[in-house]
Amino acid sequence: MDFSRHVHILLAVLLGAAVGVGLYTFVYAKGASYMTDNPGACANCHVMDAHYGAWLKSSHGRVAVCNDCHTPAGFVGKYSVKATNGFWHSFAFTSGWFPDQIQITERNLKVTEGACRKCHSDMVHAIQLTSDDDSFSCIRCHRSVGHLE
Amino acid sequence: MGTIPNHTPKPHRRSTLFYVVLVLATAGAVIAGLALLLNIAQRKQEAQSPFYRVVELNDSIEDPEIWGKNFPMQYDGYVRTVDQKRTRYGGSEAVPRTPDQADPRSIVAQSRLEQDPRLRTMWAGYAFAVDFREERGHAFMLEDQTYTKRQEVAKQPGTCMHCHASVYVPYKKLGDGDLIKGFEKMNQLPYKEARKLVSHPVACIDCHDPSTMQLRVTRPGFMEGIRALKASQGVADYDVNKMASRQEMRAFVCGQCHVEYYFKGPEKRLVYPWANGLRADQILAYYEETGFKDWTHAESGAPALKAQHPEFEMWNQGIHGRSGVACADCHMPYQREGALKISDHHVQSPLLNINRACQTCHKWSEEELKTRAETNQERTLSLRNTAMDALIQLIGDIKAAKAGGKTDQQLEQARNFQRRAQFLLDFVEAENSSGFHAPQEAVRVLGESINYSRLGQVALRDGKSVAGTD
Repeated sequence: MDFSRHVHILLAVLLGAAVGVGLYTFVYAKGASYMTDNPGACANCHVMDAHYGAWLKSSHGRVAVCNDCHTPAGFVGKYSVKATNGFWHSFAFTSGWFPDQIQITERNLKVTEGACRKCHSDMVHAIQLTSDDDSFSCIRCHRSVGHLE
Repeated sequence: MGTIPNHTPKPHRRSTLFYVVLVLATAGAVIAGLALLLNIAQRKQEAQSPFYRVVELNDSIEDPEIWGKNFPMQYDGYVRTVDQKRTRYGGSEAVPRTPDQADPRSIVAQSRLEQDPRLRTMWAGYAFAVDFREERGHAFMLEDQTYTKRQEVAKQPGTCMHCHASVYVPYKKLGDGDLIKGFEKMNQLPYKEARKLVSHPVACIDCHDPSTMQLRVTRPGFMEGIRALKASQGVADYDVNKMASRQEMRAFVCGQCHVEYYFKGPEKRLVYPWANGLRADQILAYYEETGFKDWTHAESGAPALKAQHPEFEMWNQGIHGRSGVACADCHMPYQREGALKISDHHVQSPLLNINRACQTCHKWSEEELKTRAETNQERTLSLRNTAMDALIQLIGDIKAAKAGGKTDQQLEQARNFQRRAQFLLDFVEAENSSGFHAPQEAVRVLGESINYSRLGQVALRDGKSVAGTD
């Protein structure tokens, strides 16, 4: 009985320490900003400075923010993509295992393609009707609309 | 009856295991959290102080190691130019050799003469036919030139130092503070005398101003060459260090040496033949006007020219040059070092660094970009081989005609065609991008070369002038 209580106290202390470190890191790394739609948050760590600057100058710089094109619609979809990308970005930046010219993943490219078609559905539904495969891509031709080149 | 006691210790063992796993998992999570925290802290710290002044630099400090104390990351890249790496169509391979008295090198690059023996015929009678190897990185520029066998068969002037050594401080010393005077003096020294005055391959001071780190041109050959070029374009008294933009300087500092040149007159002044323009045929026209020749071809007797690594000129004819993309953008692309962005001073082929070199602008996969570059190179090399065969046949025909009793007068026109065909072919051959810097221009020049080889053979066959070609 006594032994078990000691273990519980130790566990609680350890857990508290872990939560403390996690919370401090969260605040220090401006973790809350990542829950918002503020584009500035995406350039917190400067890796995407150039992308942020290019977005400001692009045709979408006044009408769409990062999350409009880089997260899917709906609360669950949006925050699950944010969580997945948040984890992998933290992992990449901490380990340093990422190319200097960052490359979008297949998964995130699909999210962006979906965002184009969502907002511009009036324009593109006729194109979609005539093409039943996934091979066509808005940004193949309109690639500078989100980030001016 | 005897089985019951066996059951009692099990829950205890299970819960111990559970706690152990839990503690380990928590420890792992805390370690990951701390790693992230410290990493962020370190990046924030780095962003605040991009550079520490450890030593005071001035215009007389030649040793790059001293500069490297203030700029350790750039220096680290610079030192790595010792790497010997191949690309599909270029780059150097480390070849072992047994050091001897005359040449202490234990590693050299592969011999181009062995790869393509036709080069020996093209350069017959000239030092390059004796020893010509694939160029290695910047780190070896001085050593490789000191010990090439070309030094044994030809008397080289001190002019060579202009581009094979860090020569800014030695020029100024030799000229008592006057760069141009020092340049003129060193040109006239024998190679071995001049060699004693220099000690480093190209170094920081050759491209950077020590007080501001801004790029600057320190090579008299380029200052005078670009002035002549600009004068031909209607810009008088061009001073590159005052009138060039920052982006232009990111190509001009490389153009100080990666160019076509010749040694003018008995004073062996280094001259970049750009007074008519930078294209191969404009440079050839300049040599025709001045009547310059590098040597007399041993087999044919033609007044031959040797082209030398005209990367700057070829880049100027291509789409990257046209678009204002400088040498440094692809050969010294920006790289991330923690929170800092620096120019990669490990100067190398962009094909060894496609992500940073190409993908900054081109949104295609590395494989696709590499294939595009290699396709251009493969096509250039294929036509280069055709042009080489054509030239070798012309040289063989002139040689046979000479043996058959034709006079110098009868051979003059064919020899002049050989001179032109050979220079244009060598212009592409010596250019170190295998055509990439300007693919269409490279094959155009090769096409012109093939035509001159053809005209040379026609001149021999008909024994009279080919109308409308002179």
